[in-house]
Amino acid sequence: MSGVLLSVEDALVELPTPRGNLRAVDHVDLTVDAGRTLGIVGESGCGKTMLSRAILQLLPKKARLSGRVMFDGQDLTRLSPEKLRKLRGRSLAVVFQDPMTSLNPVLTIGTQLIETIQEHLALDLAEARKRSVELLAAVGIPAPEQRLAQYPHQLSGGMRQRVAIAVALSCEPKLLIADEPTTALDVTIQAQILDLLAREQRRRHMAMIIITHDLGVVAGRTDEVAVMYAGRVVERAPTPALFKQMRMPYTEALLAALPKLDAAPHTPLPAISGRPPDPTRPLKGCSFAPRCRYAAGRCNTDKPVLSRAETAEHLYACFHPIETTASGRA
Amino acid sequence: MLLPSPDPLLKVDNLVVEYSVGGKTVHAVSGVSLEVERGETLGLVGESGCGKSTLGRAVLQLRRAESGKVLFDGHDLTAMQGEALRRMRQRVQLIFQDPIASLNPRRRIGDIVAEPLVIAGVKDPAERRQRVHDVLSAVGLDPTLVAGRLPHEFSGGQCQRVCIARALVLNPEFVVCDEPVSALDVSIRAQILNLLEEMKTRYGLTLLFIAHDLAVVKAVSDRVAVMYLGRLCEVGPSEQLFARPAHPYTALLIEAIPVPDPDMKPTESVPTGEPPSPIAPPSGCRFRTRCPRADTRCASEVPELHPLAPGQLVACHHPLI
Ligand SMILES: Nc1ncnc2c1ncn2[C@@H]1O[C@H](COP(=O)(O)OP(=O)(O)OP(=O)(O)O)[C@@H](O)[C@H]1O
Ligand SMILES: Nc1ncnc2c1ncn2[C@@H]1O[C@H](COP(=O)(O)OP(=O)(O)O)[C@@H](O)[C@H]1O
Ligand code: SF4
Ligand code: SF4
Ligand SMILES: [Mg+2]
Ligand SMILES: [Mg+2]
Repeated sequence: MSGVLLSVEDALVELPTPRGNLRAVDHVDLTVDAGRTLGIVGESGCGKTMLSRAILQLLPKKARLSGRVMFDGQDLTRLSPEKLRKLRGRSLAVVFQDPMTSLNPVLTIGTQLIETIQEHLALDLAEARKRSVELLAAVGIPAPEQRLAQYPHQLSGGMRQRVAIAVALSCEPKLLIADEPTTALDVTIQAQILDLLAREQRRRHMAMIIITHDLGVVAGRTDEVAVMYAGRVVERAPTPALFKQMRMPYTEALLAALPKLDAAPHTPLPAISGRPPDPTRPLKGCSFAPRCRYAAGRCNTDKPVLSRAETAEHLYACFHPIETTASGRA
Repeated sequence: MLLPSPDPLLKVDNLVVEYSVGGKTVHAVSGVSLEVERGETLGLVGESGCGKSTLGRAVLQLRRAESGKVLFDGHDLTAMQGEALRRMRQRVQLIFQDPIASLNPRRRIGDIVAEPLVIAGVKDPAERRQRVHDVLSAVGLDPTLVAGRLPHEFSGGQCQRVCIARALVLNPEFVVCDEPVSALDVSIRAQILNLLEEMKTRYGLTLLFIAHDLAVVKAVSDRVAVMYLGRLCEVGPSEQLFARPAHPYTALLIEAIPVPDPDMKPTESVPTGEPPSPIAPPSGCRFRTRCPRADTRCASEVPELHPLAPGQLVACHHPLI
């Protein structure tokens, strides 16, 4: 099963702020094939959430979106609110960082699951209930029958995220967007939740977008990775190709900043100095230039565009990409 | 005695801390003993709710223990009160997990960092200003730019720098860092970890470094203590513990670390399930409900922390090595 399921074409998201116009997403193009997994990686504030909200058509009211979001043959930017509501939860589902964003605190787990299922599928109460129990079991919730009567606050953070995933999976979506689904969780629970998502993704043959700031999270779990910086996609490649040969200095820096398991204690981490630029004050040249160790020449005056590396699938936006021979750099 | 050191800076002895919730007892810390040597960083790692913060707070006497001792530089803090304890507390400081929430939103950065000085009785405003200026520069902030501003004008990473400055302004000897980087991004996390290491050298600090991520803990710790549901599972030199974990729970924590290598497919062998409730912890070994090696002895007999290899202690009936 292949074919493009989602294609984001020249998406631009701008928000008016007291400091001026804020460009949160800056001319982004992306595609996700049916049944495939895309990781979106980048630092806080680089536009990952705004991009996913642009796909879901869940942007803040004052936001301005241009470009197209083609999903399953229709342009979501042109759909009526009613059609969009039907689509979300049915073929397009989302899991947020904070499970309480997707769960209703005053309704029991059972009510939320059963209502979602009945809203989108023609099942009677008994069938919807049975399906809810199956879903809770599938996401690893012990004693699922009893959980139906519980409220979200009676569960731990990890359990809540499992329930949010169960709700998202309840109508067999074609695409699941998981926005930092494990950032608020412990490492052990994070591993469990990521395994759960991977298993359900394969089993249901759905496409998935995993958003994270940790390259370690996407390495073993995605087909393709898009790295975002200051609202733009700055590198995009099939996951193995990206880790084999990063071309963009920012991607390299993100990877280097992770603590290494084989490094001796007290080894200084190659941190990226400074912070991303103020998105209301876009830079003339490459947005990464003030923090980039390779910045030179045109970097401060011209904007590098996303272009091809050796293969058609590997794209990067950089004037001085890391050379293929430079694997010793870390 | 857990360690050969004759003169640790901190010695926690059989500490028990409990909370009472709706008539029930939460067994947050159940008989923990550990030592931190002068100049060392001891990492304390474990899942959410296992009692790390409670232990940290009990060391600082912000929460009084039910029983057990906390010896700091030979003085039993649990027996101290009033003025004596207040003086002792100047030597021991705390950095919190949530940098933004731990700063008063209505106070200026300069005043926030000066506050410990005021409490400690430093009366001369010029001296206070100078010390605030010095410590803000030390943590990489420009004092003239930041002192007059409010916390909401700063990012999480910058707020954590302010918290570190506040903890260091009194020149403490010992700092408890309670998940100082858990709320931060990968890149800012590396900056703050480097800063803590730098400050440790510059101020001659001894650290208790709390986190749930073993990779982060290893990066800064000389030794690591692994905690599960109120008890210590294993203590040992960081590299040794990593290379040869003896406790099944330590092995689980190592396996859970996401490795940035697409060839290392996740194992999916991480046992599902979460820690049981500390209101009714399992009998015998508290880890047994998630342990692949558990047997009947594990259900009946509490495993005590005992030496296994040089410097490595483990609390398990069937250790991995
Ligand atoms: N003030 C309190 N009253 C009642 N129970 C508490 C209180 N503080 C903590 N607990 C409980 O004590 C146990 C240990 O809590 P503690 O916060 O020390 O764990 P932790 O390892 O720091 O977890 P986290 O990573 O979530 O902060 C938990 O079960 C917690 O719910
Ligand atoms: N509701 C909003 N109003 C104005 N600016 C916003 C809003 N939400 C996010 N932003 C800004 O948009 C940019 C991108 O944010 P976001 O997509 O949330 O980043 P990420 O998810 O990568 O952390 C940031 O500069 C952020 O401050
Ligand atoms: S274009 Fe220049 S500044 Fe930007 S990432 Fe490449 S080398 Fe660095
Ligand atoms: S004592 Fe038993 S249950 Fe506990 S960790 Fe060891 S083998 Fe597992
Ligand atoms: Mg986000
Ligand atoms: Mg804590």
